[in-house]
Amino acid sequence: MSIDIASLKDMASQVRRDIIRQTHLVNSGHPGGSLGCTDFLVLLYFEIMKHDPSFNMEGNGEDMFFLSNGHISPVWYSVLSRSGYFPVEELNTFRKINSRLQGHPATHEGLPGIRVASGSLGQGMSVAIGAALAKRLNKDDRFVYVLTGDGELQEGQVWEAAMFAPHYKLDNLIVTVDWNGQQIDGPNEKVMSLGDLKGKWTSFGWTVFEMDGHDFNSMIQTIQAAQNERGKGKPVCILMKTEMGKGVDFMEGTHQWHGKATNAEQTEIALSQLEETIGDY
Amino acid sequence: MLKDITYTDKKATRDGFGAAMTELGRENPKVVALCADLVGSLKIQPFIDENPDRFFQVGIAEANMMGIAAGLATAGKIPFTSTFANFSTGRVYDQIRQSIAYSHKNVKICASHAGLTLGEDGATHQILEDMGMMKMLPGMVVINPADYNQTKAATKAIANHYGPVYLRFGRPGWPVFMPEDGFEIGKAIMLNKGSDITLIATGHMLWYAVEAAKKLEADGVSVELINIHTIKPLDEEAILKSVRKTGLCVVAEEHQQLGGLGESVAGLLARQHPTKMGFVAVQDSFGESGKPDQLLEKYGLSINNIIEKCQALLS
Repeated sequence: MSIDIASLKDMASQVRRDIIRQTHLVNSGHPGGSLGCTDFLVLLYFEIMKHDPSFNMEGNGEDMFFLSNGHISPVWYSVLSRSGYFPVEELNTFRKINSRLQGHPATHEGLPGIRVASGSLGQGMSVAIGAALAKRLNKDDRFVYVLTGDGELQEGQVWEAAMFAPHYKLDNLIVTVDWNGQQIDGPNEKVMSLGDLKGKWTSFGWTVFEMDGHDFNSMIQTIQAAQNERGKGKPVCILMKTEMGKGVDFMEGTHQWHGKATNAEQTEIALSQLEETIGDY
Repeated sequence: MLKDITYTDKKATRDGFGAAMTELGRENPKVVALCADLVGSLKIQPFIDENPDRFFQVGIAEANMMGIAAGLATAGKIPFTSTFANFSTGRVYDQIRQSIAYSHKNVKICASHAGLTLGEDGATHQILEDMGMMKMLPGMVVINPADYNQTKAATKAIANHYGPVYLRFGRPGWPVFMPEDGFEIGKAIMLNKGSDITLIATGHMLWYAVEAAKKLEADGVSVELINIHTIKPLDEEAILKSVRKTGLCVVAEEHQQLGGLGESVAGLLARQHPTKMGFVAVQDSFGESGKPDQLLEKYGLSINNIIEKCQALLS
């Protein structure tokens, strides 16, 4: 497979601009984690997944993606719109009244591309498991992907799900953990230690990979390796090292921008660091 | 006629659920079932035996079960979750709220061992707040059938209704007296026409209401007896029509008064036709261990309590 990394990087730069502009416009939202997961979501939607922007809720014959850490909606909205699920101009309505682009992703307003609401943390893996079970029943050989935050792993439901998937040998399920080490109140290790994450997932019965969430080649190799685990009867967890705020120097590596938008001056600086490649909405 | 409402057999409502699941397993390939380590209590072993691929044992992990059900529904299945009512509601309220109700998933939350009639296990398991919690969720249908036949009919009906449903039933053997035919979600059932007072009952309390109505009638009171099996959406038209005629209304349910059917009826009547009402329900209290009939007696849900509430309004 020959992959055009330069095009993916161009898209990622544009998506990062979209994130800054969406959150700045309404002075709210979660830019930090969105910037950190941009490269991964761009890769999934523009290279890895088989998916149809005309959008079918049931997703038969398609790969399905679930976002468990729903607060990083700005990156998902940008990627969905730039994949053709809805007009890019609609990003202007993010978090405004009467919008389909709710603060946290929802199906209620009928936004194409969203299959379940998320925001209250720890629920996405369970939902993804349900979709993966349905694909197995339907003899549908596509994958189910789910992205979860690292702080979110503090929720007990995650480990109920982590116990379930290996028991049912769900090898069509690929969970990615956004391992940026940060959450609202500070670093994970200060708020509530995650401990030996690789050991935890391994002992629950998962095949575990690690990858650099800002290196397209690393991600492509790892996700392909994860797909090749199919048939071995084990679900895959990818621990993805990312940097919160990636791409904007003053936002990188701190939890300060988890749930805070840039002001006018900061927005100007941020956008000056992110090339307009595809074109702003 | 009231005297014609009799029973020869007692069966548990949960057995009606199990029997319907067996039939649904044969009739509808989209139906899948999940259970959180209570297969025997929920009576779904025959479904599992006949459809092993369409059953998912999730272990003691109800939150995960609700999420998985939402995912199965997303992909076009019709999941029926099954566990005790306590673990089907309060324990997993946020999972139901976000992944099922707000996301409008076609999930059927099937809940046994509701209310005081659970008996000896005591208050930890005797949920009396479940209908209130569930009826507050936008778009959630809430059904509390009265006997084996009605539970069976309701279970089959909700498979053909698109959207989230909470189906509440119970543990003990209970008189079987309702027809299996004629069940319609959201449609009240008139058991007896009368002119002096409207007596509304749901769930197990319907049989007690029948007994109470018979005694009242023997004393010369003309009781209009209505079964509300669907707590939400409420059959407002049937209730208003009856109360406009009788001018008095008593509601009997195995639930807290706060958040219960009586409160829904009171809200309706306050808005449309202010009426004197009586409430046969649990008064802001937890239950305790005991036999079902002892508990119903102690917590004010006896046949005599229904009669007294009616007489108090009539006098």
